[in-house]
Order: sequence, then structure tokens, then C-alpha cells
Amino acid sequence: MNEVVEEFFSLLGLIIMLVIGVLILSSTNEMAYVIHGWLLVLGTCWGGLFIMTHLIEKKQSDKSEYNDEIIKWGIWATFLWGIVGFFFGDLLAWQLAYPSLNGDMSWLNFGRIRPVHTTAVMFGFAGNALMATSFYVVQRTSRARLAGDISPWIIFGGYNLFVLLAVSGYPLGITQSREYAEPEWYADILLLFVWVGYFTIYMRTLARRQEPHIYVANWYYLAFIIVIAMLHIVNNLAVPVSLSLPTSYSLFSGVQDAMTQWWYGHNGAGFLLTAGFLGMLYYFLPKSIERPIYSYRMSIVSFWGITFLYMWVGSHHLHYTALPDWVQFLGMTMSIILLVPSWGSVFNGILTLNGAWDKVRTDPAIRFMLVAILFYGLTTFEGSFMAIRSVNSLSHYTDWTVGHVHAGALGWVAFLTFGTMYKLVPWVWKREGMYSLQLEAWHFWLALLGTLIYVGAMWNSGITQSLMWQTYDANGNFLYSFIDTVDAMHPFFVARAIGGLLYLLGAAIGAYNIFMTVRGPLQTEIPLSQRPIFN
Amino acid sequence: MPKLHQKLERNSIGFTLLILCVASIGGLIEIAPLFTIENTIEKVEGMRPYTPLEQAGRDIYVREGCYACHSQMIRTLRSDIERYGHFSLAAESMYDHPFQWGSKRTGPDLARIGGKYSDTWHVAHLKAPRKVVPGSIMPGYGFLAQQDLKIEHLSDRLKALSRTGVPYSQKQIQDAKTDAQNQADSEAENEDELIEKYGEKLNIRDFDGNPDRLTEMDALVAYLQMLGTLVDPKKTLKRKDC
Ligand code: HEC
Ligand code: HEM
Ligand code: HEM
Repeated sequence: MNEVVEEFFSLLGLIIMLVIGVLILSSTNEMAYVIHGWLLVLGTCWGGLFIMTHLIEKKQSDKSEYNDEIIKWGIWATFLWGIVGFFFGDLLAWQLAYPSLNGDMSWLNFGRIRPVHTTAVMFGFAGNALMATSFYVVQRTSRARLAGDISPWIIFGGYNLFVLLAVSGYPLGITQSREYAEPEWYADILLLFVWVGYFTIYMRTLARRQEPHIYVANWYYLAFIIVIAMLHIVNNLAVPVSLSLPTSYSLFSGVQDAMTQWWYGHNGAGFLLTAGFLGMLYYFLPKSIERPIYSYRMSIVSFWGITFLYMWVGSHHLHYTALPDWVQFLGMTMSIILLVPSWGSVFNGILTLNGAWDKVRTDPAIRFMLVAILFYGLTTFEGSFMAIRSVNSLSHYTDWTVGHVHAGALGWVAFLTFGTMYKLVPWVWKREGMYSLQLEAWHFWLALLGTLIYVGAMWNSGITQSLMWQTYDANGNFLYSFIDTVDAMHPFFVARAIGGLLYLLGAAIGAYNIFMTVRGPLQTEIPLSQRPIFN
Repeated sequence: MPKLHQKLERNSIGFTLLILCVASIGGLIEIAPLFTIENTIEKVEGMRPYTPLEQAGRDIYVREGCYACHSQMIRTLRSDIERYGHFSLAAESMYDHPFQWGSKRTGPDLARIGGKYSDTWHVAHLKAPRKVVPGSIMPGYGFLAQQDLKIEHLSDRLKALSRTGVPYSQKQIQDAKTDAQNQADSEAENEDELIEKYGEKLNIRDFDGNPDRLTEMDALVAYLQMLGTLVDPKKTLKRKDC
């Protein structure tokens, strides 16, 4: 019964997106938009074919087996988008150091490809990592096969089609200009369908669980799924100009629009880059070192603290602006309190590791996870500090923010992803272990060095530039013109670009290592009933 | 407490609903009042919706991602005000769909760039920033001067904006195309009509130095030249002077 409903809704979603694609193709002659029309049409037709063959063959999946096929695809997608995203990030970094690299071409200039980087890393890399690991975690902690045979594939395919629509649109000039919500209305509708489907299979899998309690990691994944849906809908409310243009105008304007966008923007960081990854941490860390989470109570407090508080702090992006002061002060206060549940998770993680320090020395994957926790602690401390108005008057608009972002992005999000992947890949492909521990260690040191160079350079450039902007001479005139402060950034920009290159190199080594692991020999099979299930 | 929570953990629907409730509170309390509280946006003289040409320029500004490097929000800090002018008022972005306050100042703030330089300066700078300001790291935008401005959809654009609440009249929407052409043409005869529609503070001239064509450069420069010129903030009630 459920399966029929599932097939019906998958098909319905596909048909709606197909109709939108056809309507676009029939009403426009703008090149970029035509490409997107075709992407929609081809993507949905491929999905339709997939469902058809599935129905005809009536392939019955083995209900006693976990669905790990989808996770394998998710891992490849994570690394593919990761490399693309890091590459574009580093290209941006070199463009800032040597602006002639913009080539004065429309589709390669900094302004257009900056969102290619942010979308590829946040939605492509981090999003696929979360989707893949959440499918793994929900099956293992529920001791049940993932719900649905078709919809997980439609969701995975639809999600990556969304990322492809997004990153292919920006160089051709399609954007809403809302940071981390740049894709236009048709891509937003696609993501909405995908997300409703994602939520549904997550809940249906939980409903099948053999364990009475829902494990902590699932709380975080659930919060990530639910809150992203809410943010996505509200922040993308817009009026399309016409079917023949890939353009829309946001429903809100000015102050209200700014507050809505940063309510969204900070919770993109809060729920995608934080809550989702805490879910990852709460499963893969204890599982990898075979020790239980240190404190259950602390997990409860941290979880509800984060879920409640993050939604208040968006206004710390708008200090000293035309936003009413009371909202600024409220955002600042909540940001400072937010440090408590954030560090709750940090302590919980470190105390869980306590007693397994030998593994930190011998296993690079665990080392990745430890460094991730430390960077999470650093980033949240820094974030709460930067949310204080007087500090923000220095950090806002400068590279200090960029340093904070990448301390979190490189040090926390990506380190945790790499550590997790090095554990997950042998598990899902049923290999004895990774192809090479040595390459893992190389990846670790390259990534760590790259991150430290990147973040160090940005702290320096951010504070330097900000102080230069505020320096007066004896007569009360500015000592530095704006271009002086741009010149002063050059060495830091070069350093950052080198750091990014090391990071990219590390990720490439990681991808190679995973590829070789998958090509390597199988492990001896263990039946499902005997597999240890962690709770 | 843990006892209660253990009960909750057994119920996935209940858990979901609680997450939804707990996560909604912050937004409801901080965002909803902004739409109702009167003094969120001060009453000012001089604000008007963008002309079709300016709006087209604004759309190009968005398309090219100028906001990735430029803010349009002068904060109430001394060093901001003395470098860029009076702090930005909420009213000055009341017709901005979407807002362009920005989050990074790789280049200077542009909220009050209008009238600071000549058109020729802007065109030369946009085409080759490093020829005008040595050491600049801004990309070149010479291609804008090559591309004709697409004007056939301007009425649709204004109409969509009016749906979001921008007070364009029926006539303004209908005439969008010709209004854009006229604004970029110093010889145009309908100057008075344009002024009647959009007020005194209006730049009517060829912006890109190429009177034969209406290019994307015309639109972008028209937009830059009007930024921050509509309102005299000193005349406005001082809400939060520093
Ligand atoms: C890579 C970042 C970057 C991007 C993208 C960028 N700019 Fe700039 N812009 C700068 C920098 C740096 C300066 C300061 C040096 C200079 O004047 O060239 C600047 C200066 C300016 C100035 C002069 C401001 C003043 O007060 O002197 C204007 C006007 C301007 N940019 C407009 C634009 C427009 C319009 C776009 C989009 C089409 C754009 N910029 C895109 C970095 C950028
Ligand atoms: C090789 C690694 C990376 C390099 C070299 C890199 C480089 C850059 C550069 C140059 C910018 C533009 C900064 C500016 O405008 O001044 C940027 C922005 C950004 N990057 Fe990265 N990046 C990398 C990895 C990542 C990862 C893994 C993530 C997220 C998971 C990430 C998220 C972001 C975000 C969110 C921004 C926007 C910041 C803001 O608006 O303040 N980056 N990056
Ligand atoms: C306690 C937790 C945190 C607090 C209070 C916090 C606070 C802040 C503050 C004050 C800013 C600067 C806003 C501005 O001046 O424009 C900022 C920017 C940012 N933070 Fe955090 N932060 C926290 C954790 C994190 C984490 C873990 C990440 C994950 C990577 C993250 C990602 C970002 C991003 C992407 C931005 C840049 C937004 C932009 O301007 O484009 N933050 N944060």
C-alpha cells in the first residue's frame, strides 16, 4: 500500500517538474534558461524511466538487507561536488590575489562564480554528505531498511539536479542574489519537492524502527530536515517576472527582506552546517571508537538549546544597520547564550573520546574527528565573540568573517566529513579497511596545514583592513584611502590561495584513496542479524 | 526531565512537532513585528520607485554579483559615516526587492555613490578598473558596453514589482519600455513626461558615452548615479544618531 502511494507521489513530483520544464522551453529563447529547461525535462524523463523499469521488472528488494546502494552514490556525489567546490573556492582566492584571472569575461568573473563555490560546497558537498550519512544512520539505529525502493533515488537524483541547476545558472547570470539561496524559483520548487520526500522517507523509516527510542543522531538530522524546509519556503517567497525570464523579485523588501534573509542565512550555517553535522558526530564518533556518548543529559540540553537559540541570532549579521536596535540587541544576547549548548556538544564529544586517545594517534580518521570537534569549539566561540556589537563593528564586512566561515567550513564541516567517510566507505562497500592509511594521514596533514594557513591569513587581513579603515591622522582625516587598504591585503590573499590549494590537494588524495578502496577486495560477509547495531 | 524526554523519544511525530514549535519562536518574535511596528521604516521625503532604466541596471547589478564585493549599507559608526556619508536609513531601501545591503566590503560601500563621479569615470572604471584605479582588484565589465539592454520585458518586470507592493501606476508599467529609452537619451522630447512620472530627482542623459545604442552599461550607470540621491537624511527625523 505504502509503496503505491510512494510511486504515485514520486511520479506526481516528476510530472509537475516536467511540465515546468516544458513550459520554460516553450516560452523562452534565452540561452541559459533554455539549458535549464532541458535539464529539467531530461532529468524528470530519466526519473520517469527509472520508475517505469522498476514497475515493469517488479524488482523486490530484500527487506532484510539495508539499502546501502544509495549511500554509495551519495559518497561519490559528496566527493565530486567537494572537489568542484574547493576548486572554485581556490579560483576565487587566486582571483582576489591576481584580478587579471577574471579575464574580463562575464561567465568567469568573481561576482558570478562566488556563488558557484558556496553552493557547490554547502549544498553539493555538505548536503550530499548529510543525506548519505543520514540514510546510513537512520537505518542502523532503527535496525530497519530505508523506506521506499523508488523515492530515495528520486530524491537523491532530484537533489543533485537542484545543485546542478544552481551552479550552472550563476555563470550565465541566473541568481536571486540571496546568499545561500541564490537559485531561482523553479529550482526552489524542485528543492521543495525533494525535501518533502526526504522528510517522508526519514519518518517512514523511523516508523519501522525496532528500537523503542529514537537515537540522538536522528534528532539532529530531523531538526536539520525540518528547519531547512521552513527556512527555504519563507526565504524564497518571490514573484516571478514571467515564464519567459529566469528572474523573480523577492516578496519582501529592504529591512524586512534583510532580516528574513539573515534569519535564513545564519540558520543555513546553524542547521545545515551545524545541526546536521552534530548528528553525524553523535553517530560516527562513538561508533568508530566503540564507546558510548559521554552524557545523555548533556545531549538533550545541547539539542534543544541549539534548536531554540539559533533561530534568534540572524540579526547579528545586521549590527549598526537600519534594522531596529531591539532586534540587534536580541540577536547579540542570544548569540552569546548560544555558546553554552554549542560547547556542551564540544565537551560531550571530547569526553566521549577520552580513554581512546591511542586511536587518535594511530587512526587518521579519528584524528580528523577530533580536530573537527576542536574547530567547532573555536568557531562557535569566535562566532559568539563576533556577535558582540562592538567586536562586530570591527569584524563585519571584512575577511575576519571569511576566516570565521572557513574555520567552521574547512575545520569542522569538511574535517568531520572526511573522518566519517574514511570509516563509512569500508563499512558500506564491505572492505577490510581503507586502501591506504598513509594516504589518509597525508590528507590529514595537508588539510590541517591548509586550514591553518587559510584561517590565519584571514584573521590577519580582516583585522588589518578594519583597523586601516578606522585610522585617523592628527587632523582627524583618514590616514588610508580605500585602495591603500586593498593593497595591504595582497600578501594575505596569496597565502590564503596557497592554503586552499593544499586543501584541494588533500581532498583529491582522499578521493583517490576511496576509489582504490572500492576497487580493492571484499571483506568476508557477516549476516544482518549478527551485525552489531549501535544505540 | 530525562524521564519526560525518554517518552518524547519514542514518538517521532511528537518530536517533529516540538522541533517545529521550538524553532519557530525566534523568527516569529523578531521578524513578524518588523512588518507591523510603525517606526521600522521612518517617513521620509523624496523616496520613489526606481525608473525602468534604473531597475534594469539594478537587475544587472544583481546578475553580476556586485553585492559579493560591495555593501550598500552605511552603518551608524563614525568611520563609516565619514568615509561614505550619512548612515543609511531603512526607508532608502524600501523599494529594494531584494535588498542589496551586502555582507563583504572587498570594495567600498556604494549606498551613496550617486553623483560622486562622472558617467565617463564610471564607464572607464567598469571597463578597466586597474586603468582608472591602479591596484584595484575589481573585475572588468567591458562586455556590458557591448550588450544591448533587453527592454521588451521591462513592463513585466515593473508589474511583478508592483505585485510585491511597489507603487507603480498602470501608466508607468505600460510605458516602461519607452521611458527607459527616453531616460538614456538626452535629445528625447518627453523629458517633462518622465519627470511628471518619476519626480525631479532624475538623471536624463546618455550614460555610456555611446548615444546610438541603449546598452547594459547605460542601465548600470544610471542605477549607480541615482544611489543615495533621493533622500536628504539630515531632514529626516533623527532616529538613532550617534
Ligand atoms: C572582486 C570584487 C569586486 C566586484 C565583484 C566588484 N567590485 Fe567594484 N570595486 C572593487 C574594489 C576593490 C574597488 C576599489 C578600487 C577601485 O575603485 O577600483 C571597487 C570600486 C568600485 C567603485 C568605485 C567606488 C568608489 O567610491 O570609489 C564602483 C562604482 C564600483 N566598484 C562598482 C561596481 C559594480 C557596479 C560592480 C558589478 C558590476 C562591481 N563594482 C563589482 C571590487 C569589486
Ligand atoms: C579549498 C578550500 C576553499 C577555498 C580556497 C575557499 C575560498 C573561498 C573564497 C576565496 C571565498 C570568497 C571570500 C570573499 O568574498 O572575500 C569563499 C567564500 C565562502 N566559502 Fe569558501 N573556500 C573553500 C572551502 C569552503 C568550504 C568547504 C565551505 C563550506 C562547507 C566554504 C564556504 C564558503 C562560504 C559560506 C563563503 C561565503 C562567505 C561569506 O559570505 O562571508 N568554503 N571561499
Ligand atoms: C555559536 C555559534 C556561532 C555564532 C554565534 C556565530 C556568529 C557569527 C557572526 C557574528 C558572524 C558575522 C556576521 C557579520 O558580521 O556579517 C557569522 C558569520 C558566519 N558564520 Fe557563524 N557563528 C557561529 C557558528 C558558526 C558555525 C559552526 C558555522 C559553520 C560553518 C558558521 C558559519 C558562518 C557563516 C557561513 C557566516 C558568513 C555569513 C555571510 O556573511 O555570508 N558559524 N557567524
